[in-house]
Amino acid sequence: MEPGTDRSATVEPRDPMPDGYRRTLVRQIAQHAHSEIIGMQPEGEWIACAPSLRRKAILMAKVQDEAGHGLYLYAAAETLGTSRDDLLEALHTGRQKYSSIFNYPTLTWADVGAIGWLVDGAAIVNQVPLCRCSYGPYARAMVRICKEESFHQRQGFEILHTLSHGTPEQHAMAQDAVDRFWWPSLMMFGPPDADSPNTGQSMAWGIKRFTNDELRQRFVDIAVPQAEALGLTLPDPELRWDEERGHWHFGTPDFSELAEVVAGRGPLNAQRLAHRIRAHEDGAWVREAAAAHAAKRAARTPGQEPAA
Amino acid sequence: MSAEWPLWEVFVRARRGMSHVHVGSLHAPDAEMALRNARDVYTRRQEGVSLWVVPSSAVVASTPDLQGSFFEPAADKDYRHPTHYTVPEGVEHL
Amino acid sequence: MSTPAPGSDATATYLLGLADDALVTAQRLGWWVSRAPELEEDVALANIGLDQLGQARGLYTVVCDLEGAGRTEDDLAYLRDASDFRNVLLVERPQEDFAVCVVRMLLLAAWQSEVYAALASREGPARGVAAKAVKEVAYHLDHAAQWVLRLGDGTALSHERAQAALDAEWPFLAELLEPDPAAVAAGHPDPPSLREAVLARIVPVLTAATLVVPEQSTGQPTGQPTGGRRGHHTEHLTDLLAEMQQVARAHPGATW
Repeated sequence: MEPGTDRSATVEPRDPMPDGYRRTLVRQIAQHAHSEIIGMQPEGEWIACAPSLRRKAILMAKVQDEAGHGLYLYAAAETLGTSRDDLLEALHTGRQKYSSIFNYPTLTWADVGAIGWLVDGAAIVNQVPLCRCSYGPYARAMVRICKEESFHQRQGFEILHTLSHGTPEQHAMAQDAVDRFWWPSLMMFGPPDADSPNTGQSMAWGIKRFTNDELRQRFVDIAVPQAEALGLTLPDPELRWDEERGHWHFGTPDFSELAEVVAGRGPLNAQRLAHRIRAHEDGAWVREAAAAHAAKRAARTPGQEPAA
Repeated sequence: MSAEWPLWEVFVRARRGMSHVHVGSLHAPDAEMALRNARDVYTRRQEGVSLWVVPSSAVVASTPDLQGSFFEPAADKDYRHPTHYTVPEGVEHL
Repeated sequence: MSTPAPGSDATATYLLGLADDALVTAQRLGWWVSRAPELEEDVALANIGLDQLGQARGLYTVVCDLEGAGRTEDDLAYLRDASDFRNVLLVERPQEDFAVCVVRMLLLAAWQSEVYAALASREGPARGVAAKAVKEVAYHLDHAAQWVLRLGDGTALSHERAQAALDAEWPFLAELLEPDPAAVAAGHPDPPSLREAVLARIVPVLTAATLVVPEQSTGQPTGQPTGGRRGHHTEHLTDLLAEMQQVARAHPGATW
């Protein structure tokens, strides 16, 4: 039976599945995992200079969660017969992508707030339906991730709220961050449905539950009243309540910019990847040492094989 | 040399009195580190009071093609369930 | 404002040193998040950093209460210059080598284990913070010991790097164990009295890791780097604080 035909039946690792389904899942889960670990960088830069000890602790815990989420997702991808090493190799060589949002710079402390509120907010809108995705290990990883991420968006909102109601400089900093992150956040939902050829198949297989445009609309509807509560404006002159549709009408993001960033020509693509590759290469001697030690110990203990 | 650490399955006992439940997996070079990594990765929100880690390679699992012979023969033995039996009205504690 | 109890100045000075050790350690560990050798280790080092940060915050709060001057944990962290910091030199230098990171953690956690245990064992304003910290640093010590063992007894390269890290960090242990008038005045054990217990936590790990324990000087060490408790720091602390304090100082009086 094709995955997704029976909405209540999840597909588990040992079940037979179409090659295309497996490939699509590996690509999507890997991209999701890569986004988590590349996403550690723009905020990680601010752990060192968070302006209060409480904020420092919150941010360290949040970036730590992103490492954990990357880890859960790599493990979910590994159930499909690939390895974390293979996936990291694909990331490092540019064969697999990560979310283009992380190629934008974090220029001020307010950006940490904007990432939490908008980027994590958009991610949550994307991720909640994935908790019911047809592939069991991915769905279970997403349940755990969504549960843990509930504080991420809230802390971002709180940062912006504090800044917005602080000194005039702080307010300006918050507004500037929202101005820069609003459109890239809308682009996190991917190209418009008309230009998203894989959406139909992914929905038929039960990997996706909603289209890009449906999720984008949902995000805008949630964000607009929150922006008002923050005392900040969203940088879209077309934004207005559409009585007839019962939704907020918003302008069209510049998808040509998205295509540029996805193609690797965003402001920080090279830097993000270089940071990641350096961490991996600098850690090789440590991973090798631990593996060598485990092998030595196994050899010293008769009857105990290393867990290969 | 590729030194990818082996994969481990992690089981957490959420509270005393409950059994260990599978929560996910991780990579670690050996059992001691697997246990410590499991503590850091899977219990940092007070999710557990006890941990098991098992090399993923040590798990022996049934396969979907055994589904029929393994699990379906149990379907017609409803006399194993108390609802199979008729109890006369008024009889209690049975 | 209440009048400080006798000895509370010394207690505040002593606890401030411990708090600064923990904050600077947390700051250095924060660097590792996104740079660890494996994702599992990113998570582990962040946990340890968060514990140290929590200890710093708890101790700063006690110090502020003892001072009774209305300062907050953030005032202490963000508005003091390097010469006002009382951390030991061990913790302030960069640690962008994993071997340095775990060797330093071993030395620090062994010492913190003894110090927090002593603090937790007697009545005093920091007893609660210390009781919690004892359990945390026991884990840090274990984590460091596991890694020192694997690096020391891993590959030829890792052995070499672990030994080099140990040789580089070891001289800074002396400062942790030198007499501390503030500790004594506050009624806490003078650090030299902790020497045997601290070494008993460290040396067996190094031996199991097949590392050569550097020369152990006896009595008052000479020529060892010192001065952190008196506010004499390396340029590395200045750099660390410049980064840590830049946003807070750019907006005086702001709330975050």
